[in-house]
Amino acid sequence: MSWVFFTEQFLNGFQLGILLFLLAAGLTLVFGIMDLVNLAHGSLYMMGAFFCAQFYDWTDSFLFAIVLAVPATFLLGILVEVVTLRTLYTRNHLDQVLATFGLILIFNEIVLLVWPLEGLSMPVPTYLLGSVNLLFGIEYPIYRLLIILVGLAVAVALYFLVGRTRMGMLIRAGASNRRMLGALGIDVKRLYTLVFGLGALLAGLGGMMMAPILSASSGMGESVLILAFVVIVIGGIGSIRGAFIGAIIAGVIDTMGRSFLDVFLLLFLPANAAEAAGPALSSMLIYVLMAAVLTFRPQGLFPAKTG
Amino acid sequence: MKSKIILLATAAAMMAGPALAAEKIKIGFVTTLSKGPVVIGKDMQNSVELALDHIGRKMAGKDVEVVYGDDKFNPQDGKQETERLLQRDKVDIIAGYIWSNVLLASWPVARDAGKIMISSNAGPSQLAGKGCHKNFFNISWQNDQTPMALGELLNRQGVKSLYIIAPNYAAGKNMVSGVERTFKGKVVGKDMTKWPAQKEWAAELTKVKAANPEGVFVFYPGGHGPAFVKEFTLAGLNGKIPLYSVYTLDSISLPLFQKANMNGVMGTVMTQQWVPDLDNEQNKRFVADFKKKHGKYPSFYGSQAYDTIFFIKDAVEAVNGDMSNIDGLRARMQDTQFKSVRGKFKMGANHFPVQDFWSRKVVADADGNWTTSAGEVVLKDHQDVYAKDCKM
Repeated sequence: MSWVFFTEQFLNGFQLGILLFLLAAGLTLVFGIMDLVNLAHGSLYMMGAFFCAQFYDWTDSFLFAIVLAVPATFLLGILVEVVTLRTLYTRNHLDQVLATFGLILIFNEIVLLVWPLEGLSMPVPTYLLGSVNLLFGIEYPIYRLLIILVGLAVAVALYFLVGRTRMGMLIRAGASNRRMLGALGIDVKRLYTLVFGLGALLAGLGGMMMAPILSASSGMGESVLILAFVVIVIGGIGSIRGAFIGAIIAGVIDTMGRSFLDVFLLLFLPANAAEAAGPALSSMLIYVLMAAVLTFRPQGLFPAKTG
Repeated sequence: MKSKIILLATAAAMMAGPALAAEKIKIGFVTTLSKGPVVIGKDMQNSVELALDHIGRKMAGKDVEVVYGDDKFNPQDGKQETERLLQRDKVDIIAGYIWSNVLLASWPVARDAGKIMISSNAGPSQLAGKGCHKNFFNISWQNDQTPMALGELLNRQGVKSLYIIAPNYAAGKNMVSGVERTFKGKVVGKDMTKWPAQKEWAAELTKVKAANPEGVFVFYPGGHGPAFVKEFTLAGLNGKIPLYSVYTLDSISLPLFQKANMNGVMGTVMTQQWVPDLDNEQNKRFVADFKKKHGKYPSFYGSQAYDTIFFIKDAVEAVNGDMSNIDGLRARMQDTQFKSVRGKFKMGANHFPVQDFWSRKVVADADGNWTTSAGEVVLKDHQDVYAKDCKM
């Protein structure tokens, strides 16, 4: 029983990690390669959720909704990059923070204007409801399993894209020395636009996966964004591998803290104190981890190879 | 001689007249309008505006102006807005406040300014007991009361074991202590989640599944409610373990559930001091006109905001619109005679209501729209437990 419980909680943590990875991957690409601090990344996650719910409303199919929402967030990302962010690359980080913070406000307001105030909800498709029996009597909700599979597929695809393709080569070269890349006749501007669009697509995909559960609502991206930043600090800025491992570590630690910390604290604290300290500590755990990483390995666990 | 007096009186009236006519009654109303669960704030704002329409935008013959403040779902912003309303807009009375943590941060501002503050929703224990104050009134409930009613309802339904999940902030803690105070069975598990950041309950729900209680109690206001119930369903718990809630399923979230085909919430039971179908004139007019104007049911937040305006009107008319007469206003508020959408309404000695709590159930109305319908009175003329610690 307890072993099954432990495994289920581990899967829960893994699933949270996968979701964080979808956000962190785009963030780390944009921050590491384009040297742009993009606070509005959470807004793209939110827009992904809204697109998905809206397309679902029109097509009545989750699959079609995803198929339409993926290119929509990609195009939105490109639009945002071309219209606003392009001018910010040469500016310092503070200007970027200010401008992208402005974008958050704009997106939140647009969403309130276009869609109903309570947000958009959509059902989890009936064929994805229910649980499957994994090995050894572990029952796991199908939908959460789907999120894990989609995230793993994205991770593998990104691994090939960055490691094995010409575009990935350019991305890595751009991260190492963008001036040299430009001098070799590569259109760095266009590369950046594509990378940003890709990041937007990944964040949007995270939003789409969550739309049936959370309902799309204004401001839903902000709290997730903070976690995504923690993840890339842990994993190492600019590294997809770091983002993946950092996200899984953060997801698992957070979930395990919420699952076992209160029981653990009961071992050496009176019930009242354990009850008070449990939630406080478990919500702090991943920040403690981040602080530890910053102290002992400030470049992150798996920094991008540069130079 | 007599004519002289008349002349003087006329002169005095002429001086006072225009000044009085120009003087407006200004009410500040702080709620959530731009960030977080904006839909709650707008629902309250719509209800305030409807109440103003119903009273012809006048109290004691004077024009009423409501100035809104936006707390952005954040205690610090709520406090700043309270300062702005009191100092720059010079409101006579300040009301509103959805969130306990926002209210607790904002209250000292009004207290130090010597103004009357009315909470239209948040009812933290801190202000009901030792920290009560002559200038603070609550028109909704003390946080513990609704869950206390729910605990009592659980006893009546014979529930023996309960798992509690609630957010870890002022109101969440009150809700938990409330249900624990009256529930006679065993609490087999309890999780307090990070508020408002945590919107994902996979870990907690797996614990629920392992504990296999006879009921789950939750408190998740705003957008968290629908998300929780969805994940509850996703975890396969719907239909297996009954879900009991306070302030989680309301007129704001039910249309979302309906749209998402979440038939599992049908018949779900909760407790509340107000239900849309309570049978009294004030309530019928409020609900009917709100539906006519906005095409949906008002929420309990809205009902309290609507009551707030009538509560203020009752006091303002008792002092003939003289807003400088704080003592008079306060005396009448303590002994308020306003007509509440709840039917009867009485203010307790600690300035929190003494009132009935109903059980209410999710149903479909005649038009097929999902709403809640009143059941039995679970707690009658109930006063919160902190009232005895209040010395004004």
